[in-house]
Amino acid sequence: MSTEARREMQETERERLEGKRCRVAVCAAAGCLSNGGQAVREALERTVKEKGGAESVEVFGTGCLGLCDAGPLVQVQAEGETRLYEKVDPSTAARIAAEDAIAGTPAKDLLGGGNEAFFARQRKIVLENSGRIDPERIESCVAEGAYEALQKAVTEMTPLDVIQQVTASGLRGRGGGGYPTGLKWSTVYKAKGTRKFVICNADEGDPGAFMDRSVLEGDPHRVLEGMAIAAFAVGADQGYVYVRGEYPLAIQRLKTAIKQAEKAQFLGGRILDTGFSFRVDIRIGAGAFVCGEETALIASIEGNRGTPRPRPPYPAMSGLWGHPTLINNVETFASIAPIVRNGGAWYASIGTEKSKGTKVFALAGKIARTGLVEVPMGVPLREIIFDIGGGIPGGRKFKAAQTGGPSGGCIPAQYLDLPVDYESLAGVGSIMGSGGLIVMDETSCMVDVAKYFMEFCRDESCGKCIPCRAGTVQMWGLLDKITRGEATRRDLDLLEHLADLLKSTSLCGLGQTAPNPVVSTLRHFRDEYLAHIDERRCPAGVCTISPAAVEVHP
Amino acid sequence: MNLVPQTPPHPSGDKRFKLLDVAIKRHQFRQDALIEILHTAQELFGYLDNDVLIYVGRAVRAPLSRVYGVATFYNFFSMKPPGEHTCVVCMGTACYVKGAGQILQALEQKHGIKAGETTEDGKVSLVTARCLGACGLAPAVVFDGEVAGKIGTEATLERVRPWSEGSSRTEEAQP
Repeated sequence: MSTEARREMQETERERLEGKRCRVAVCAAAGCLSNGGQAVREALERTVKEKGGAESVEVFGTGCLGLCDAGPLVQVQAEGETRLYEKVDPSTAARIAAEDAIAGTPAKDLLGGGNEAFFARQRKIVLENSGRIDPERIESCVAEGAYEALQKAVTEMTPLDVIQQVTASGLRGRGGGGYPTGLKWSTVYKAKGTRKFVICNADEGDPGAFMDRSVLEGDPHRVLEGMAIAAFAVGADQGYVYVRGEYPLAIQRLKTAIKQAEKAQFLGGRILDTGFSFRVDIRIGAGAFVCGEETALIASIEGNRGTPRPRPPYPAMSGLWGHPTLINNVETFASIAPIVRNGGAWYASIGTEKSKGTKVFALAGKIARTGLVEVPMGVPLREIIFDIGGGIPGGRKFKAAQTGGPSGGCIPAQYLDLPVDYESLAGVGSIMGSGGLIVMDETSCMVDVAKYFMEFCRDESCGKCIPCRAGTVQMWGLLDKITRGEATRRDLDLLEHLADLLKSTSLCGLGQTAPNPVVSTLRHFRDEYLAHIDERRCPAGVCTISPAAVEVHP
Repeated sequence: MNLVPQTPPHPSGDKRFKLLDVAIKRHQFRQDALIEILHTAQELFGYLDNDVLIYVGRAVRAPLSRVYGVATFYNFFSMKPPGEHTCVVCMGTACYVKGAGQILQALEQKHGIKAGETTEDGKVSLVTARCLGACGLAPAVVFDGEVAGKIGTEATLERVRPWSEGSSRTEEAQP
């Protein structure tokens, strides 16, 4: 496809949309779908057809609308207004279609309310297309500007220009590490090699995190566009998306998107009639958390056991089959197109001094509004949890927020006003991580939570290096002993010693960060550990203290 | 030199091996496609037994030790035949803090199996998932591929009960 053809596709689709009086977006993300979203969509389509509204009303599936807790969600867009209907079922869907979409009178009694704050406080860049595009139709994505940035990059810019914009944007890796993206790109650009590769890390392994899944399901073309721009910048001709096998819908949408993009010449050979070629293949993971580590991920793409290897050499110098390889996370790639389109300075104007742009968080746990949110960096934690998330349900008290999954830590109540950025979170012993944010109230036992994460790391340790393989087992054993009320102060000392040992001597990130949940809960909730040890009781009432332990130490 | 690897057809004459051949051929007998090929094999056979692993190893000219190593490394691959029905309990953080642990415990007690095992009569397999990514629906349990969100312990046991009574399905389980 030539650049003119892309513009034409954009114009045609925009004209088609202008002909519609009303658009009805049905959330087609996995959360809403498994909640009956498909039946809702069918009911909407059927009613619109029956009432003769097929010409003036468009019903389409879209990416995650964010408020997963109130799914299935339906958004009606007409005359410049958008209305959100929550917890829709097929019968209310029929009413929404007949009354709001066709007759133009909002079904007021069905409209939710009180969730304005959830949307008002957000700033959407990565998720800007949710509610606007149908991820399964490339025309719909192109109408909203997909591949415009790629066109700009390959026709008007040099690879160095692109890297310069990305560097100027201050974008940092959204997978958790926070490594400056521009620096990574320029390292791969400078690396010498006969071939180079671009890999999109979509092995979202952190339990309780679903940002990458939502982005892949809701806007796969945005990710592919980011990868293509990256490939152009670093000089790669082949890309891989390594996606979790647990996400069948994301895989399917991605496959469709790749096929469509290849047909439209946004991927494949001679992209947009230039000399630049870039192919993308999907590699489906097989359920190994350690494959989120970049060298393990590379081993897995090569068809081996996903075990990490020592770095350096970094993948940027010697990665897939020994070639220079750029690995970025889904959200990082999804941030690229807006940066290229609007310039790095625009992106850098959002966020804090050292953390630029926006971050997508998956809110879950004991929080009123579970869902997917995107906020500018530096927003206080309190605002995310209480204003956007609606606070803790059931009138209970906030205890801690867990970020960063098994590699992260817990942030207690006294740090609620902490701005959420890479440095501040690290300062209180947690990490930004990939964006999972689990809220816990007073009914959660922090020792039990630490044990839960240690069990996770124990099971997911690949077994290559001894500190991680044996250390996680020992640490889990000690935590289990504490939760049973059978531990002593000496066990606690040993636990702290092991935490330090794992951190300093493990081969890869999994082992090095596995003690983090223990260290951070010990730092902020030591009294809970001591209650289990000295008083043989669990303050939250979660752990089952063995009767024998109580007898011996009354 | 023979450039196109020739694998003799599987002696059992099982048609599923032919489908597996197609997948292997599509990946051009490449060793780096081993995981993809094993995904296909598991879809076809339901699990990976030694016979299948030997067959795949020969086709991509990789030693059995390597194929076995890969198959046992990843959680997704199962070396045992699955039960007639599968119940997956999500153990992601969001589900865990909302009581997935209790649900699992109740299921384990009720059916006398641990997570990852199948009941003796081969009716029910109990599996745990790392995270389904459906955290908005926590706690989530998957019954034969159908996700149920915000489910309680009682409701879960209720959904699994007809399976173990065994009157629900008479036709043979699909592989």
